[in-house]
Amino acid sequence: MSASPALDHVEAGAHGHHYTTTGLDSRKIAIWAFIGSECMLFASLISTYLIYKGRSVRGPFPHEACAPPACETALNPILNIPVTSASTFVLLMSSLAMVLALAAVENRNIPKLTTSDRILGSSKLWLWATCILGATFLGFQAYEFTSFVHEGLTIRTNLFGSSFFTLTGFHGAHVTAGVIWLGTLLAIDYKRGLGPEDAINVDIAALYWHFVDVVWIAIFTLVYLIS
Amino acid sequence: MAHKDPAPQGSHGGQAAHSAPAAGGHSAAHGAHAHPTWKQYKWVALILTLITVVEVWVYYIPSFVASKLFVPALLIMSAIKFAIVVMYYMHLKYDARLFRALFTGPLIIAVVTIISLLFLFGHIAVRLGS
Repeated sequence: MSASPALDHVEAGAHGHHYTTTGLDSRKIAIWAFIGSECMLFASLISTYLIYKGRSVRGPFPHEACAPPACETALNPILNIPVTSASTFVLLMSSLAMVLALAAVENRNIPKLTTSDRILGSSKLWLWATCILGATFLGFQAYEFTSFVHEGLTIRTNLFGSSFFTLTGFHGAHVTAGVIWLGTLLAIDYKRGLGPEDAINVDIAALYWHFVDVVWIAIFTLVYLIS
Repeated sequence: MAHKDPAPQGSHGGQAAHSAPAAGGHSAAHGAHAHPTWKQYKWVALILTLITVVEVWVYYIPSFVASKLFVPALLIMSAIKFAIVVMYYMHLKYDARLFRALFTGPLIIAVVTIISLLFLFGHIAVRLGS
C-alpha cells in the first residue's frame, strides 16, 4: 500500500483496474452513464408510441377489432397477449440466469465439493442459458412481427404500425446486441476461463442485459396490457 | 458453492478502496459493497414472475379492465418490477451513490419528458383543447 492515494491509483492501474479519483471503476461509471442515456432514447420512443396511440385511421388496431371500411376485411385485435406474456417470462428468466452467471464467475475460485455444485457453479452453463433465453425472446419477436405482417400490419400501414415497430424493433436490436456480447463472453470463457478478475467485464454486460429487461417491463405494460 | 453461502458477494468497481488492489488483490478491492445471495436472486425471480402473472390475469378480467383502477394498478405493478430488477439484479441498492445518481437522474428526466409530451400532444392535450 502506498502512502498517497495518487500512488495507489498508479498501483491499481498496474493491476488492470481502472479506478478514478472517485474511487470507482471508470468502466462501470461509463456503463451507468450509457444506461442513463438509453433511458432518454427509450423515453422518446415510448412517448411517441403513446402520443400516436388510438390515432390510427385505418386498421389493424392493437386492442380493438377492425371492421370495414377501416380494414379491407374484419380483423381481431392484433396484439397476442399470451405469446408476449411467454416472451416476457423468458426475458425475466434470462435476467436470473445472468446474475447466476456473474455469481459463478465471482466464485470460480471457491472449491466445489459436489457434482451439482460444480454444475450449478459453472459460468458457462448460465451464460449459455442467458444466450439461449435471449435468442428465444428474439424468436418470439420474429414470430410476432411475421404474424403482424401476414395480418396486414407493417411499419407503413398506420401510426400504430410505425410507432410499434420502431419501439419494439429498437428494443429487439438491443437484445440482439446483448446476445452477441454474451456470446463473446462465452467464447472467452471457453478459451481461457472467466475468473474473479474478469467479474467487472461480466458485471458490465449484466448491467446492460438487465437494462434491456427493465425496458421490456415498461414496454409490456404500456404497449401490450394498457388498452 | 455460492448458492449455499449466505455471505454476500463482492461488487465490481463499486467504491473500491484506494489501496486494496495493490495490497490485497481483487476480492479485497471489490468487497466494499455487498451483492444479494443466490437465495435472494431466486426469490426476486419468483416475485417478478408472480407480478407478471397477476398483470396478465387482471388483463383478462373485463370488469377490472373497465374500472378506473386498471391502468394505475398496472403502472404500479410495472414500477415495482422495474425497481426490483434495478435494485437487486443491477445491484443499485448495494452500489455507490454516483451510480444511483447516474441512473435515477436521467430516469427522472425521461419520465418527466414522457408526461410532458403526453400533456402537450397526447390524449390529455386533445381533451383539454376540446
